[in-house]
Amino acid sequence: MVNLLSLQHLTKTFGGLTAVKDVSFTVEKGAIVGLIGPNGAGKTTVFNLITGNYQPDRGQITFADTPLNGLRTHRIIMRGIARTFQNIRLFQQLTALENVLAGCHYRMRSGIVATMLRLPAQRREEQQAVERAQQELAFVGLNSHALTVAKNLSYGDQRRLEIARALATEPRLLILDEPAGGMNEQETEGLIGLIGRIQQRGVTILLIEHDMRLVMRVCEKLVVLEHGGKIAEGSPDQARSNPQVIEAYLGVEDEP
Amino acid sequence: MKRFEPFAIALFAALLAVAPLFLNTYQVDVLNSIGLYALLALSLNLILGEAGLFNMGHAAFYAIGAYTAAILNTRYQVPILWTLPLSGLIAGLFALAVARPVVHLRGDYLLIVTIGVGEIVRIALVNDVFGLTGGANGIFGISRPKLFGFVIRQPQEFYYLIWGFVALTIFLFLRIKRSRFGRALNYLREDEVAAEGSGINTDYYKLAAFGLGAAWAGMAGTLFAAKMTIISPESFSFWESVVLFMIVILGGAGSIAGILLAAFLVIGLPELFREFAGARMLVFGLVMMVMMVVRPQGLLPARGR
Ligand SMILES: Nc1ncnc2c1ncn2[C@@H]1O[C@H](COP(=O)(O)OP(=O)(O)OP(=O)(O)O)[C@@H](O)[C@H]1O
Ligand SMILES: [Mg+2]
Repeated sequence: MVNLLSLQHLTKTFGGLTAVKDVSFTVEKGAIVGLIGPNGAGKTTVFNLITGNYQPDRGQITFADTPLNGLRTHRIIMRGIARTFQNIRLFQQLTALENVLAGCHYRMRSGIVATMLRLPAQRREEQQAVERAQQELAFVGLNSHALTVAKNLSYGDQRRLEIARALATEPRLLILDEPAGGMNEQETEGLIGLIGRIQQRGVTILLIEHDMRLVMRVCEKLVVLEHGGKIAEGSPDQARSNPQVIEAYLGVEDEP
Repeated sequence: MKRFEPFAIALFAALLAVAPLFLNTYQVDVLNSIGLYALLALSLNLILGEAGLFNMGHAAFYAIGAYTAAILNTRYQVPILWTLPLSGLIAGLFALAVARPVVHLRGDYLLIVTIGVGEIVRIALVNDVFGLTGGANGIFGISRPKLFGFVIRQPQEFYYLIWGFVALTIFLFLRIKRSRFGRALNYLREDEVAAEGSGINTDYYKLAAFGLGAAWAGMAGTLFAAKMTIISPESFSFWESVVLFMIVILGGAGSIAGILLAAFLVIGLPELFREFAGARMLVFGLVMMVMMVVRPQGLLPARGR
């Protein structure tokens, strides 16, 4: 298996609007792939198709050689894909630790009866989950904020917490929707380091990002979308020198 | 504040334990009522407070538990306390059946549907469904509960049965709160999309919240039937669902201490001011309005809110 993820001829329309038009690309195992394109190009929609938040009108999504079409989102997560959201979706009133424990949830077994009786297995499982979650918090550098309520974290910390929650599901593929969105330069530097360390763990990464410096530095391959369609696919250098890309995207101002 | 919490809880528990020794029968009866409402509100809290699912038909589950107990007891002579598990089970299964097709609805729509369910159940009881419920007159002649050979008759004796069950409920619900199951309910309330996107089967937990909350309300119904010895549909009106909803929101959704306090206020205060019974609704309405404006998170909000 060379391609961990493969999208074939994906199309998604919303009413009259075709948000994603016949998009095909692959994500090689172990790679960091960037999905870029101007605002409204359909990038987030592609992510929502991958994680089953939307169903494609046409096309096929294959992950680790098995089709994902028709699976519910939590099933797809259980197969080994984890994600973050463009507009940060944390459990705002819960602590950072509890947020990360959400990612541990599906690997745990204890049901309601074991919980009420507080069986030894249930207690052990809880304890192990907390340790796992603490590790992920430490991994993204939030160990001192375990008991901070998510909404009280800084913007950059919230983005990192979302990554920790995603990592707690032990994904094979991590998809990040604008992870540097709203981060300052220093935080973005830290994020670049973090993405490298995630790759070293053997996790494949697909990310959407408007920050071109980050994209050019971390991505091994870029897929460029415009108006829902794919206009280029290749190395960052190839993408940078592609006239269509320059016209469609790089010529356009960065995020306002 | 946090440091005094264990003392406050111990003091409260001790006061409750000795209260019947100092109170007259009428006062103990009021406390029994408060206990039953606390129990019901705690069960509703699993659905409304922990999972964030708007349910304004909770009295339906309470009714089904009470009627299951009454029917088993009066027709088949099953000792009333023995009916507890089955009352819970039937109320829980009923909740699963009605929630299954509607849990995916958005909050406000779910609210309307649950109001409908509550009314349908009440009207079905009035119309003597299956010839089992005794119509508008209800069911009478429910036998007194027996515990270890001891017949529970006096309000003082019911007091310990009811509040013992409340204590057990709090004990178990605290365990649930600090578990994978309890957290899953909170994830649902906070952000369903993020919960599903973290690998949590949100449909399953919505149903589980309804099932467990309803099962507990069903068991509270058994205690109610045992205490009253007569039950009729008017005890399970829409107003009961509204009061329970109010207790949970007023106390602070997700907060066990807040819900206990609110049960005391909502059920106990009107008893203190009986002479103003006519103005009760007015005061309720005003209190709710003021609360929602000045303290929308409830009297004793769950941590972090
Ligand atoms: N649920 C939806 N219903 C209707 N239209 C939608 C929906 N989701 C996305 N769209 C539309 O589809 C198009 C692509 O949106 P999408 O969010 O995928 O873009 P994007 O590339 O992620 O843009 P950005 O860089 O601004 O995040 C947009 O025109 C958007 O308005
Ligand atoms: Mg987007």
